[in-house]
Amino acid sequence: MVIVFQSKPAILSSGVVVGPLEKRSVFQTYFDKISQDERVQKSTNEQGNTMLISDACQIILKKSNLNNLDIDYLLGGDLVNQMTPTNFAARELAVSFIGLFSACATSVSSMIIAALLTELGASDFAIAGASSQHNSVERQFRYPIDYGSQKPATSQWTVTAAGFVLIGKHEQKLPYIEAATVGKVIDYGATDPYHMGGAMAPAAFDTIQAHLQKRSQKLEDYDVIMTGDLGKIGLKILIAMFAQSGVKKEDLSRFRDAGAEFYGEDASFLAGASGPGCSAAVYSGYMMEQFKTGRYKRVLLVATGALLSPLTFQQGDTIPCTAHAIEIGMG
Amino acid sequence: MKQQQYNTLKDQITPKIPILINCLKAFVVGGLICSIGQAISFLYMIFFDFTEKTVGNPTVATMVFLAMLLTGFGQYRKLGQFAGAGSAVPVTGFGNAVISAAIEHRSEGLVLGVGGNMFKLAGSVILFGVVSAFFVALIKLILVSVGVASW
Amino acid sequence: MRTIGFSFLLAFVVGGIICVIGQLIMNIGKLTPGHTLSILVVAGAILDGLNLYEPLINLAGAGATVPITSFGNSLTHGALAEAEKHGWIGVLTGMFEVTSSGISAAIIFGFIAALIFKPKGKVD
Repeated sequence: MVIVFQSKPAILSSGVVVGPLEKRSVFQTYFDKISQDERVQKSTNEQGNTMLISDACQIILKKSNLNNLDIDYLLGGDLVNQMTPTNFAARELAVSFIGLFSACATSVSSMIIAALLTELGASDFAIAGASSQHNSVERQFRYPIDYGSQKPATSQWTVTAAGFVLIGKHEQKLPYIEAATVGKVIDYGATDPYHMGGAMAPAAFDTIQAHLQKRSQKLEDYDVIMTGDLGKIGLKILIAMFAQSGVKKEDLSRFRDAGAEFYGEDASFLAGASGPGCSAAVYSGYMMEQFKTGRYKRVLLVATGALLSPLTFQQGDTIPCTAHAIEIGMG
Repeated sequence: MKQQQYNTLKDQITPKIPILINCLKAFVVGGLICSIGQAISFLYMIFFDFTEKTVGNPTVATMVFLAMLLTGFGQYRKLGQFAGAGSAVPVTGFGNAVISAAIEHRSEGLVLGVGGNMFKLAGSVILFGVVSAFFVALIKLILVSVGVASW
Repeated sequence: MRTIGFSFLLAFVVGGIICVIGQLIMNIGKLTPGHTLSILVVAGAILDGLNLYEPLINLAGAGATVPITSFGNSLTHGALAEAEKHGWIGVLTGMFEVTSSGISAAIIFGFIAALIFKPKGKVD
């Protein structure tokens, strides 16, 4: 389902806070703050995740010269049970809050809701985004941090990062949200929890195709189509799917993936980065800067999410996936 | 694209697991860990009052102690990524499973966290060890009673 | 009397082979480490039931006592010894007699580790 925003809500500013390992990211110059401690000076990993979110929100307030009473809504989510890190950060910010869960696609689903609230006239300033903290996600979905299991080449590294944007009424010379597609849940029967890229690629394919079709657009209408965290192998699969569907070879280079690029060519991260914080940090940090410098005029951000839990995996269920797309333009 | 068509495409692009290299690494690291165990056994036999029959227990306990140090300093995780079963199958891997879970869940307290979660990975090993020992003993007893086998 | 060098070689080879079997269960059988270790423990118990594990320990020393298969072996060994002495009741009481130093060591060192270490992710 495509939403076209008549009022073209603007992305006013952004805040990105990451963990210590993320200084190795190729995008590190676009992050506002790099914490030297993976728990951000807190005693538990989950509290560290909360701090990432609070810090990112504070950075946005400072950059835009606002205080928390000016903010109408906070929209966001993370991967910890019941999204307590985001809930607890919302307690500190003390604004109207809706927690959202689309796994790693939350970075875009929260922006879509924020844009809708703005379009409706219900919000002047809404903060939207997502976060993840590596250790807390590992223990939730996989093994204890210090457990020595062998991960295959397809597995990805959950980043420690929070990325949030401030969405408000349309303004000149700022990137704006033109349209969005809320993705369906697609399940091609994948069962390997260490191959998320392969599980999520069909969802990204479905959402991108739906968006282009309903908007009567072609791939060349975009400078870049950036998926969230398909990783190196997942991105290859997505490109192969578009190649099979008859897309011209030169247009295939328009596909990029935040997770595949996040840690560069460092082989110790295997297939690349993942997590809600991955796409959120790259979209809110790197991508917004590309608009400011005028490098990009129109991009499609497609955050992908695997909607599994350890419970469903152990009960033998497959991995349903989704992808949400948001079309951002400038000028 | 149909599901079956997609799975073919996915399998084409997904790199295969390097089984041969993995097995070689598992063999070397697993073999080395057992050799270290052998060295520890010799030390207990030479410097303490242990025989070949009784040296197993202190050896295993010492190996688990070493696993604790490697786990606590974050080195067993790296070893596991390299060696796979080579570091998982020796008793140090069992120790790593227990110790990593204990460290991880310290934040929920000693009773509900450490106590409740220590065996969440290694518990199945104890379960199947004890249950299989029970049934093996039972079956053997039956076989001996009917005269098919002897102790 | 074997030389010390030869007994190291046997420990290395036999221990290595047991680990390779584990690796094959994980990679070809596509099973988790938890499944793999459980299978190996059951295998150790069955081998002891067939009187095959003790000869392996005599041959390879730590090559047979350090892998997790020895867990199944030592538990079964205790149960069998009791069953031999006390018959039917022994199978049951044997289960309460048997113990494994690996389990006690893991419990004690796990508890100590929880007190002194913090989970540490990869940071640099």
